[in-house]
Amino acid sequence: MTQLTFARAINAGLRKSLENDSKVVLLGEDIGALGGVFRVTDGLQKDFGTHRVVDTPLAESAIVGTAVGLAYRGYRPVLEIQFDGFIYPAFDQIVSQVAKLHYRTRGAVKMPITIRVPFGGGIGSPEHHSESPEAYFTHTSGLRVVAVSNPQDAYTVIQQAISCDDPVLYFEPKRRYHDKGEVDESAALASALPMDKARVLTEGTDATLVAYGPLVKTALDAAAAAADEGISLEVIDLRSLAPVDYDAVVASVRKTGRLVVTHEAGQSGGLGAEVAASITERCFYHLEAAPVRVTGFDIPYPYSKLEMHHLPGLDRILDGVDRALGRPNSLSGLEG
Amino acid sequence: MSTDETGHGGAITPENAGASTAAGQEFLQLITPAGERISHPEFDSWVRDITDEQLCSLFEDMTVIRRIDVEATALQRQGELALWPPLLGQEAAQIGSGRAMRADDFVFSSYRENGVAYCRGVDLTDLLRVWRGNASGGWDPYGINMATPQIIIGAQTLHATGYAMGIQNDGADAVAVTYFGDGATSEGDVNEAMVFAASFQAPVVFFCTNNHWAISEPVGLQSHIHLAERATGFGIPSLRVDGNDVLAVMAATRLALDRARRGGGPTFIEAVTYRMGPHTTADDPTRYRDANELEDWAAKDPISRLASLLDRKGLLTAELQQQVQDKADSVAAEMRRGCTTMPDPEPMDVFKHVYSTPNSWLERQQDHYARYLASFGDPAGAVSEEGAR
Repeated sequence: MTQLTFARAINAGLRKSLENDSKVVLLGEDIGALGGVFRVTDGLQKDFGTHRVVDTPLAESAIVGTAVGLAYRGYRPVLEIQFDGFIYPAFDQIVSQVAKLHYRTRGAVKMPITIRVPFGGGIGSPEHHSESPEAYFTHTSGLRVVAVSNPQDAYTVIQQAISCDDPVLYFEPKRRYHDKGEVDESAALASALPMDKARVLTEGTDATLVAYGPLVKTALDAAAAAADEGISLEVIDLRSLAPVDYDAVVASVRKTGRLVVTHEAGQSGGLGAEVAASITERCFYHLEAAPVRVTGFDIPYPYSKLEMHHLPGLDRILDGVDRALGRPNSLSGLEG
Repeated sequence: MSTDETGHGGAITPENAGASTAAGQEFLQLITPAGERISHPEFDSWVRDITDEQLCSLFEDMTVIRRIDVEATALQRQGELALWPPLLGQEAAQIGSGRAMRADDFVFSSYRENGVAYCRGVDLTDLLRVWRGNASGGWDPYGINMATPQIIIGAQTLHATGYAMGIQNDGADAVAVTYFGDGATSEGDVNEAMVFAASFQAPVVFFCTNNHWAISEPVGLQSHIHLAERATGFGIPSLRVDGNDVLAVMAATRLALDRARRGGGPTFIEAVTYRMGPHTTADDPTRYRDANELEDWAAKDPISRLASLLDRKGLLTAELQQQVQDKADSVAAEMRRGCTTMPDPEPMDVFKHVYSTPNSWLERQQDHYARYLASFGDPAGAVSEEGAR
């Protein structure tokens, strides 16, 4: 076991993948000598060369589009999109090409492309640097979408994503890059929890609290605070956003009877809506209350002096728990 | 795809022959519209090995793909195909370039390069699968080294560039060739592809078929300069060729392929031709273009031009014409048979190949739909019953 920051853990996972498979190539802006703007690829170009770790021109559609060609040629490209808000120029290549070519070629061509995206807010950045675009991609068939929440998962899941024959969007919570955690670099990948499985982080009996990425830590803090009030929350780290491991959430909700989902992305059409609907379909007779969403607002990501209002914090999550439990809350007295 | 050796931008020099076609003539031409073989000091060498027999073979190829095109158009009119994108008029551009490639080169094309697919050895039934609605991709790309064609305009130029970067990494001497139209040159992807190709000196050939029309929009709306001139701005040497002249196209493509194989990086070819038919069978070009324009281009028809050359050389015998006709007839008959006997896909095929590995969401939907179909007793009949309800 070693103590690693989130960013170093991803770096270690990338290094291992580069060592294990000569077909793995990294492409992105500033990922070489600089090591990426968040230093996630620090030192990799020096050790693996400019053929394996490629600084590209500044063209996101080309980063993804050339990866399609490399995948045609048998490579396993790992791409860095510098910031969440920069992924949109590549949207067409991701949803029309990367996601669909396996289907369109009736399985003849594989697209084992991993797209790393630092996402979410909380670091005081200007616009286009704090977005949560995951729902655009969870809506697209053919893609897998994961969001990691701790250094150990970051290390393991990046390797699982790279070795997966399907394309994977790998969302990294950028405000957690400097968080440290224990990482077991010796554990065998084969014995790790598969990347499409959710994980129950704390067991509880009163309500199920579902989170992913940057809000997992906030959710755990909320659960600890709730425990002080005698409320027992079961916190689930979703890990995989497409597909969602509904069996894990269903098992939990059948036990607790209540569901709260939280994410930074805006509410409408977000992943919380999908989880709430699916759990309602599958657990209707076990639910004691309507599922509750605690999310960002349906606004462009706000300027940094206001971002703490937009991002679900511990108190807003606890208010959502109160709604699910029928306790006095911010909406008490309102109908609908 | 190292960034080490990429300090230079591939500017045009006399040796790489990029400028020579622009100087003094509108484009590279080796056969005049009247069928006269004219010599060119730099480009004759690229087609010197083409024998009379091979000229006849090119004539046959062009005739056959025109027949494929006409037959497919007829199949669409008869309700056998949902749509077809005709290549009428572009036979020289496709056969001249398609016959220049090696088997280990890899093609990334648009939806109109059916003549190129023919050169790659495509199964004729596979050629129609997409247009009949039986599949999203007709053939195994690795079977003929040609990617599934793109409908998204210009997306494939990036795929070709990435593939070429892979070739470079592998230390191979194959080349990626990408086909796109004049309209595609306005897309960001084509421009980004040229940036990457030039930066990494990737072995890729950009084959731009300037057929003058992007559905209803004339090429003048896309560009105020020759498309070939655009490439030089990216540091990519370019050639402008008469796209109705099969020898000129072949010479240019061979030069470009050779340059890529020798580590000389990308080349841009603008083949100036004309789409004599509609954009697709759903299009009506009489709404937007002058009949006189079509007449002018009909006079430059690529097949009759080669026929005139063959005639001048005494090669256009009745025997040759019969032989070519027979070949076209048999190919058309084979294609029609393949089209009309193509089995419909199975209902559950709709779920196949979305992912390489199991996906719990989709498996659940698949199981549900299988139960739903089974509830009718006869899975095959379920869909039609549903439609009648």
